[in-house]
Amino acid sequence: MAKIEALGVDVGSTTVKMVAVNDHGEMVWHMLEEADPRAADQVSRFLAEAARRFGSLNGVPLVATGYGRKLVQQAARQVTEISCHAMGIYAELGHGGTLVDIGGQDSKAIRISDSGKVIDFAMNDKCAAGTGRFLENTAGRLRVPLQEMGQDALSSADEVPISSTCTVFAESEVISLIAQGIPVPAILKGLHRSLVKRVAAMISSVGLTAPLMLSGGVVKNPAIRAMLAEETGSAVTLPDHPQLMGAYGAALYALRIAE
Amino acid sequence: MNIGKELNYQWQVNVLGRSALRLNRILMARKAGKGQLGKSRLLTPPLNTSIWTKELIGQHYLRGRYANSHGKVAWVTSGAPIEFLKALDFYLLYPENHGALCGAARAAEGLSIEAEKAGYSRDICSYARTDIGAMLSGKTPVGRLPKPDLLLACTNICQTVLHWYRVLAHHFQVPLILIDTPFIYTEMTDHAVAFVKAQLEEAIIVAEKVAGKPLDPRRFKEVTRLSMLASELWLELLRRNRHRPAPISVFDQFTQMAPIVEMRGEASTVDLYAAMLKEVDQRIEQGIGVVPEERLRLLWDNLPVWYRLRYLAEFLGAHGAVIVASTYTNAWAELGPQMDPEHPMESMARTYMYPILNRGTGEKLATMRQMIQDYHLDGAILHSDRSCKPYSVGQMDQRDRLMRQDDLPALLLEADHNDPRSYSEEQVANRLTAFMEMLEAA
Repeated sequence: MAKIEALGVDVGSTTVKMVAVNDHGEMVWHMLEEADPRAADQVSRFLAEAARRFGSLNGVPLVATGYGRKLVQQAARQVTEISCHAMGIYAELGHGGTLVDIGGQDSKAIRISDSGKVIDFAMNDKCAAGTGRFLENTAGRLRVPLQEMGQDALSSADEVPISSTCTVFAESEVISLIAQGIPVPAILKGLHRSLVKRVAAMISSVGLTAPLMLSGGVVKNPAIRAMLAEETGSAVTLPDHPQLMGAYGAALYALRIAE
Repeated sequence: MNIGKELNYQWQVNVLGRSALRLNRILMARKAGKGQLGKSRLLTPPLNTSIWTKELIGQHYLRGRYANSHGKVAWVTSGAPIEFLKALDFYLLYPENHGALCGAARAAEGLSIEAEKAGYSRDICSYARTDIGAMLSGKTPVGRLPKPDLLLACTNICQTVLHWYRVLAHHFQVPLILIDTPFIYTEMTDHAVAFVKAQLEEAIIVAEKVAGKPLDPRRFKEVTRLSMLASELWLELLRRNRHRPAPISVFDQFTQMAPIVEMRGEASTVDLYAAMLKEVDQRIEQGIGVVPEERLRLLWDNLPVWYRLRYLAEFLGAHGAVIVASTYTNAWAELGPQMDPEHPMESMARTYMYPILNRGTGEKLATMRQMIQDYHLDGAILHSDRSCKPYSVGQMDQRDRLMRQDDLPALLLEADHNDPRSYSEEQVANRLTAFMEMLEAA
């Protein structure tokens, strides 16, 4: 059984992630669940699971990140998602550049220096139209499983523009497009474009250093990856576990405490 | 003059009110003596002279409450050329300052809703909505506002005032003087100065008519001199923050600046700032800073978030971060050197074309760059103010240039100076924390 030195937890709006690292800072275990409104209980459960696998967690520091980080009483420290994502992706990919994280309820662009430090960041947490919620909402309306909508969008040669910049109004726009008999994949492609354009604008506000690094649950969607490359004109690169970069970075911060 | 009303004014303002305010000052001074002034554990106690500021502002609104029974009243914009009105003994009410006071007292949202109910859009400046709401409902935390006999709006701060003051003029059925200050893209031209001067000459005629007396040139010069002295002292006060640790945070300046805006041209304002400067110098001598351990020195651009001043000061204070310079408090400081009491008309035209919002956005960038040098800044917070478009326009570019050309980390913080409905504390806190982490790691 591997020995763990530090833990990180990312209490996000959509999912909760925990990562354990060894003394080399390598990710040796992780756990991911849909977010429970009782975040504190959920984190306790995660920790119990870690203890079951690795034995006592005494002396294993925990750092919390994500919107719910303040709820994590067991954490030795709380660090923002900005710092944690930068820390995690830099450790994993080994270079600086521009990182885009598209989560369930917010998205952010972070410019990371060659030495792994945050130089600049921009966040979109005012409007759901630049986040995963935008796709989730409309996927529900189109009755397309979330996991398949990216592939469906890419399969379409046609694309209809979605002019609404608001998630709620985009939904009513989608309804009227369906009523006009527009094929679902063409609508899906338009929806992805709409989201990607918003994210691309955010990227340009911090500046793009290629290749564009991606993290967050939404980048598992192949259409998002392809269209972001298209819109920014840059190749995109992903870590093995894009959803875990925040928790991984938190664990690396915890490792500093352990050391 | 109605003798009964005048007696009531003297009794309420100069006997009862003044005594109550003086008593309050004595009690607060006693508290300060025991080290009980200010409740923050993160910040050093406020300046003792802040008690005096509070008394002056209290007196100002007290006089306002009874002003209609005593003399003539004018409502004016924050950057209006007021020296001739002051010399004609008008009581001056600044709706923007009153708006800020409502913001700090958490009354602005309710008043804005009063204006919105009457059909004013939420996209209009929250000062304008607060003021129109107060006008329509008669509600104010200061008890009562005097009705204007005259309105004076100057376009050197924004174009909203044009429409806002027309609404006031229509409501109160009083004359409106509009001073149009040509925008300065690069330099102030002589014909622009002549244009503003000509408007001021006409304005004086209207004001004299309303006041019922002619303007005394000696008094005009004296008021201009007092405005200049107060502005110069204010400038010196801000400059003291070049010291490390900084003796007076910009959050304190936001509250201490009220007299330089709404009581300039008065001798008591000059006395106050002279005393404040003395106290600040004492703090410098004793090495007293805004926070026990100053680690980060920041700039603030744009208006304050009036309803969250202390929260933001403490939030930053917890990281050892102090806002040491701001383009906003500086706006009244940089007017002083433009004033010339010997040539009040000419200098008034120049002075009131000079405010930062009446000059190109490059000028603001240049001011910020100078501040990086003068104040040894580690970063900048640019408040993107939902309500103040003229102040917020250009901030994206300014931030970009500060970051890239001046290597100064800068954060754009979205909020509103007076409307808490356009402010999300969780998101503000998250951005600020990430910014602090970024600066601390640098």
